[in-house]
Amino acid sequence: MGAYLPLFVALPLLAGFACLLLKRAAPRAAPWLSVASMLGLLALAAVAVARRDAGVTFAGGWGVSGWGGNGGADDVVFVVGIALVLDGLSRLFLLLVALVGTASAVYALRYLEPEAGRPLFHVLFNLLVAGMNGALLAGDLFNLYVFVEVASIASYGLVAYRTGGTEIEAAFKYLVLGTLASTAILVGVTVLYAATGYLNMADLGVAIAGGAVPRLPLLFAAALFLFGFGTKTAAMPFHAWLPDAHPSAPAPISAMLSGLLIKTLGIYALARVFFVVVGADEQVRLILTLLGCLSMWGGVLLAQAQDDLKRILAYHSVSQMGYVLIAFGVGTWLGVAAGLFHAVNHALFKSALFLSSGSLERLTGTRRLSEMGGIFRRAPATSVGLVGACLSIAGIPPFNGFWSKLLILIALVSAGQPVVALLAAGAALMTLVTFVKVQRKAVFGALPARLANAREVPAAMYLPVLALVVLCLLSGLLWPLGVDGVIGAAASSLRAGAGERPAASEYIESVHGRGSR
Amino acid sequence: MTFYALTFALLGVGLYGLLAKRNMLKKVLGLVILEYAVNLLLVAVGYRAGRGAPILQPGEDPAAFVAGSVDPLPQVLVLTSIVIGLGATMLLMAMVLRLHQRYGTLDVDRMDRLKG
Amino acid sequence: MRSDRDGLSAIVQVVARWTLVMIVVYGLAVACFGHLTPGGGFAGGVALACGFVLATLAFGGGSGPAAALHRRVAALEASGALAFLGLAALGWTAGHFLQAWTPRGAAFTLVSAPFLVLINLAILLKVGAGLFAGFMVLVLFDRGLAPTGGGEGET
Repeated sequence: MGAYLPLFVALPLLAGFACLLLKRAAPRAAPWLSVASMLGLLALAAVAVARRDAGVTFAGGWGVSGWGGNGGADDVVFVVGIALVLDGLSRLFLLLVALVGTASAVYALRYLEPEAGRPLFHVLFNLLVAGMNGALLAGDLFNLYVFVEVASIASYGLVAYRTGGTEIEAAFKYLVLGTLASTAILVGVTVLYAATGYLNMADLGVAIAGGAVPRLPLLFAAALFLFGFGTKTAAMPFHAWLPDAHPSAPAPISAMLSGLLIKTLGIYALARVFFVVVGADEQVRLILTLLGCLSMWGGVLLAQAQDDLKRILAYHSVSQMGYVLIAFGVGTWLGVAAGLFHAVNHALFKSALFLSSGSLERLTGTRRLSEMGGIFRRAPATSVGLVGACLSIAGIPPFNGFWSKLLILIALVSAGQPVVALLAAGAALMTLVTFVKVQRKAVFGALPARLANAREVPAAMYLPVLALVVLCLLSGLLWPLGVDGVIGAAASSLRAGAGERPAASEYIESVHGRGSR
Repeated sequence: MTFYALTFALLGVGLYGLLAKRNMLKKVLGLVILEYAVNLLLVAVGYRAGRGAPILQPGEDPAAFVAGSVDPLPQVLVLTSIVIGLGATMLLMAMVLRLHQRYGTLDVDRMDRLKG
Repeated sequence: MRSDRDGLSAIVQVVARWTLVMIVVYGLAVACFGHLTPGGGFAGGVALACGFVLATLAFGGGSGPAAALHRRVAALEASGALAFLGLAALGWTAGHFLQAWTPRGAAFTLVSAPFLVLINLAILLKVGAGLFAGFMVLVLFDRGLAPTGGGEGET
């Protein structure tokens, strides 16, 4: 069971190093290698989700023998290896990474064409995907940290990819804050290891629920994790790097960073660490709610003042992550499920938005909204993609954004938090206002004379966006079908019913119970 | 206990260098100190007073070996975390070099063109 | 005046030629004994890369053994990583990714556990080339090279 799990990490690594090997011999192969590895991951993730696979495998199932023995199979004392765990939550996010990764890789085929050094871009792109997949599958805290760092280092390089002054400055800021966050995470891991002697998340979860860690070290570790993963999520007091870093990257990478990275390293890790390991008690949930409200409103308000399209989108990433955090703050099954649903939806529409912003930049030669306009006539496909994604993020009914925001509101009200629900509804209204403005200024209105000859971008650039928008629409229409199998399974692996700690019984069971070999 | 306190003091030194200094090179040094303070903390967690290095000698009894050596796991973790720190530092130095070329200064305040 | 391309003085070069041999042998030894003693591919790779850094410093970037190496360093690093992945993938034939698919080794015997030795050598290549690549990127920065990513963690 689950012997194929290492492929989720090995496949992108293989593609990435093949790009490096063929840097001189066949530089044109690199983009296609990325597309191929993403399609392979998509197939794997689709199979995993369709079969509802769950279980544990070891990378390196090394039997440790009694020393000095004959080394035969009967001599094996215990098995060591890197535990890779697949459950409802990691399944969902693996599929998400593969979907958005495929769209970005296809988009990069034509988007990056004029620029030199493409093979290096694809090396880093594949490393980023390998790091994210590894973080999703890691069964112990230290490997979670390692894969978070692999993905982060790849993303620092990608933000600096264009090597202009502002890009490197943004990457410098991002790297310093990101490494600070990772260091905090490592200190947290160290504290828990010192207190329990475990690194495996399921073992740690059981030990902590059993009271193995005294209150003070536990609080210290929780605070460090909150800061570390909160920074990776770009929750409001820790968000300073995101509005610089995400717009500085090339468009397909902005889509990967905003669509995936802040979720796999941020939301997923927060959910995993707090609901499975540390335990999300009253205070933790209150802090998550506070961070969420701050991000939600802070992001949306700061976005109002921007004219640069990609910066607007970046601030809205901060704001939308706020919704996910308040949903986690509710802590009920419905709240967690709604939050995860919103994270999925945000990945789909925000990557579509960032890819569209790249197309618009190509079309108009600018990222400033005030210099765009009337692009609909010149580039209908790009415009349709942008408008669809805008409707999703603004929460217009048939699209997915509406449903997940509605579910979050329902979860808040039914948990007796009407004030937070009002705040969320207000922020949603502000989001709507921003994106009506974006549409009006970019797509409709008068075409500036400067853009009279603007030409539609190549099909490889608008088709991924349209595909993502279709996914937004489909998940908006068909989500009731996926509640049990996909989203619900993910939420259930974090919370079993309305029970208290140990909440993550399904995750722990899938590690301990079913076939730990 | 003293050792842990000193390790946390070192963490503080690194944090101070990283956050308070305006010179980019000093920030990098602060980051390196921070990373190594964490590595030191990890090794300290695995230390058991009076025990030896976890290297098995020929003819040694496995049970006595396990009882007589420090916890080797944090040492393995430190090795990995050193590699990660190295990668990050290398990338950081590349960025510092490029920024210095572009702006002719190492002072972060004098190159701040990003409005965040 | 000498430029940095010519390297350092003749005395340094003669000494470096001797120590370089020793450093390379040492790096290889650390990697090859990795399954018996502390060390292994990573530590050996670091020693190897230090040797090449020494060569670059002593003989300059333009000529000598380092110059020939740095043109192929990316390919070497990639082959190391791919060899690691290939060896690890063969582990599936024994049940798990990264599982030893060759005969088990005997303790304290140098010529045993071929899987570990091969893995160590692959890591040696990856780490040695990777570190040297990083060094060269930093050295050559003002000659218009784009930055590559840093090393990535495989112990």
